[in-house]
Amino acid sequence: MSSIHPDESMARRVAGFEPGAQPPPRRNKTVGGGKDDGTLIEDPGKRAPLVLGDRSFSEITDIVCGYAEAPMPRPWLVAFTIFSSVAALGTGMILYLLITGVGVWGLNNQVGWAWDITNFVFWIGIGHAGTLISAVLCLLKQNWRTAVNRSAEAMTIFAVVCAGIFPGIHVGRVWFAWYLAPVPNSNGVWPNFRSPLLWDVFAVSTYATVSVLFWYMGMIPDIATLRDRAKLRLHHNVSRPFALPMPIGNGLILPFAPRPDMIRAYIYGFMSLGWRFSSRHWHRYEKAYLMLAGIATPLVLSVHSIVSFDFATSILPGWHTTIFPPYFVAGAVFGGFAMVLLLMIPLRACLPNFSDILTLRHLENMSKILLLTGTMVGFAYSMEFFIAWYSGNVYELELFVNTRVRPDRAPYWWAYWTMISCNVISPQLFWFRRCRQNPMIIWMVALAVTVGMWFERFVIIVTSLHRAFLPGEWHMFFPTWVDILTFVGSCGIFMTLFLLFLKFLPVFALAEVKVVMPQSSPHEHH
Amino acid sequence: MKAQIDKLLSVVADYFPMVVRKPAPRFVTERGNRVYGLVAEFTETPKVFHAAEHVRDAGYSKWDVHTPFPIHDIETAMGIKTTRLPLMAGGAAIAGVATGALLQWGTTAILFPQVVQGKPYDAWQAFLPITFELGILFTAFMCIFGMLALNGLPRFHHPLFSHARFCHASNDTFVIAIEAEDPNFDPVKTRELLEKIGGTHIALIEDEN
Repeated sequence: MSSIHPDESMARRVAGFEPGAQPPPRRNKTVGGGKDDGTLIEDPGKRAPLVLGDRSFSEITDIVCGYAEAPMPRPWLVAFTIFSSVAALGTGMILYLLITGVGVWGLNNQVGWAWDITNFVFWIGIGHAGTLISAVLCLLKQNWRTAVNRSAEAMTIFAVVCAGIFPGIHVGRVWFAWYLAPVPNSNGVWPNFRSPLLWDVFAVSTYATVSVLFWYMGMIPDIATLRDRAKLRLHHNVSRPFALPMPIGNGLILPFAPRPDMIRAYIYGFMSLGWRFSSRHWHRYEKAYLMLAGIATPLVLSVHSIVSFDFATSILPGWHTTIFPPYFVAGAVFGGFAMVLLLMIPLRACLPNFSDILTLRHLENMSKILLLTGTMVGFAYSMEFFIAWYSGNVYELELFVNTRVRPDRAPYWWAYWTMISCNVISPQLFWFRRCRQNPMIIWMVALAVTVGMWFERFVIIVTSLHRAFLPGEWHMFFPTWVDILTFVGSCGIFMTLFLLFLKFLPVFALAEVKVVMPQSSPHEHH
Repeated sequence: MKAQIDKLLSVVADYFPMVVRKPAPRFVTERGNRVYGLVAEFTETPKVFHAAEHVRDAGYSKWDVHTPFPIHDIETAMGIKTTRLPLMAGGAAIAGVATGALLQWGTTAILFPQVVQGKPYDAWQAFLPITFELGILFTAFMCIFGMLALNGLPRFHHPLFSHARFCHASNDTFVIAIEAEDPNFDPVKTRELLEKIGGTHIALIEDEN
């Protein structure tokens, strides 16, 4: 490697031939010696730049494609080893559940839904921010979404994968899960289309399908870029040999294996469907993208509303409320944005040149959304409480006061107050500009919100169930080690998939980032 | 009508040359290969935008601008008509809603009526969520698969892919390609036009199939 003359290496990099090469980092990282990277302008007459460092189109291509082409760095390998082991552990727990039965969980006669459905609602809620960022912000012409939409959409898919596991395995005898499909069973009986649980099946499966299509369609041109770069390197014969990716012995060259660029050219070539960047194609592509955004917006609102119907249509105090659909949707957006920040802030610190595309302004915008949705969620919490009192329903009021809020009466008071402090109090820090502009504080609030949103679902599901109408039915819920490890395992599955995405696919929407750069305008006077 | 049939036949010929043969080429190279057309490269967005206007005004119809990202308003510069994709998506939405309504009403009220939760067999209110979701699902399928079909994708072979420099169109280069099938195409005059509007690296593309 070092035998290449520096000039030649430079020439190759400029031509985009060196696999995984990054352009040099931008000069003037901050403005005026402070922490401002040049995007925190408050002057309403000026627009903050969306891409920093006066990058050219080809530098942006190098930055984004570089992550997928560079040899896997050691921190990635370490993280992948850990998370894929956790994922394997979670898979083992699922297998254990299947061969033993749902008795391995801490469920009892009274609490029939606990961590399983909590995890389901938690994960599906996280997914919603991806669709919101790509669809709603696209319709609202918010150009800053290009910095995070691809990774948020990827996060959506992986969160839906994790969400889909839990309802599938919680039915106990999973080999009867096909009863959920709209086909008659052997007695000619069809599933009950009047049940919210079946609505949920349709909503979640439609959501998963549309999210995958939306994500994939957005990636077609960027995968074609990766294909073309691999082809160019093969054409100019500057392709790396195949090296083993391992935590120990990383970079050991396998002499007879095909070169990675050959594999890339085939797989990316297949996945990009022969996209050739034609303007006639772009025209239909943009129309299709806009329409998908237009239908994904009501879809994402409907999915979490339908998830909330699972609870709201029952007569259980704490579940039977009309505020649930909007409350669940706001909570989902809240939790999802927190997860985007939780993932992207460490990447921004670790990966070279990442902060050119994901600027402090983007983080600040997302903090503002956290503040807004967190306050909406806080309003929903207080409104639930108000209606419990105002409706005159003694069971509802009893549930809120004596099983959720009062530390001396309610056994789950700590879950309720964790939820309030994480979801309502911690985002209030974002009223202060200094907190919105500090990635470390944003990351910690995002972590708190993620924890709080898990507890919100736990509070809704378990505290409502564990004390129903008759005191004779009251029963506490205690998770078993299988409960805990299954949830931890689902986090491992999520992170493993996200790490694979980071390595093999374009992390930024390359074509869309180029559109928001100033030199993309077809008119000179800009 | 005949134009549409010809277009369909040329698409079939692209995929299955053993079934439908393309008409004889207007231009062949010295090696006997069919000439696909001429390409010219541009590096700045405003330049390619104006160049596209010139090509449009010169009366070409079978040509294209290959750009790494969708240039705003290039449709006007190229004279592209609006796609009929929204109409197709609307049709798919109606089909989805009809499927959802028929599936639920037909099975619950006709095929196997059962008393569940005391609700009427044909309680349309309870059918709304699934009807809505299926409407969305069908529309999404039409948006992406309809878009791909209208674009003639997937198509893994294309004469342009044999041109190594074409790979830069996915990075930072704008390529105008004028096809030899165009009635106005002339190897000399078209090249002159591309030179006049500021194109560089002008090259003749052969179809090596």
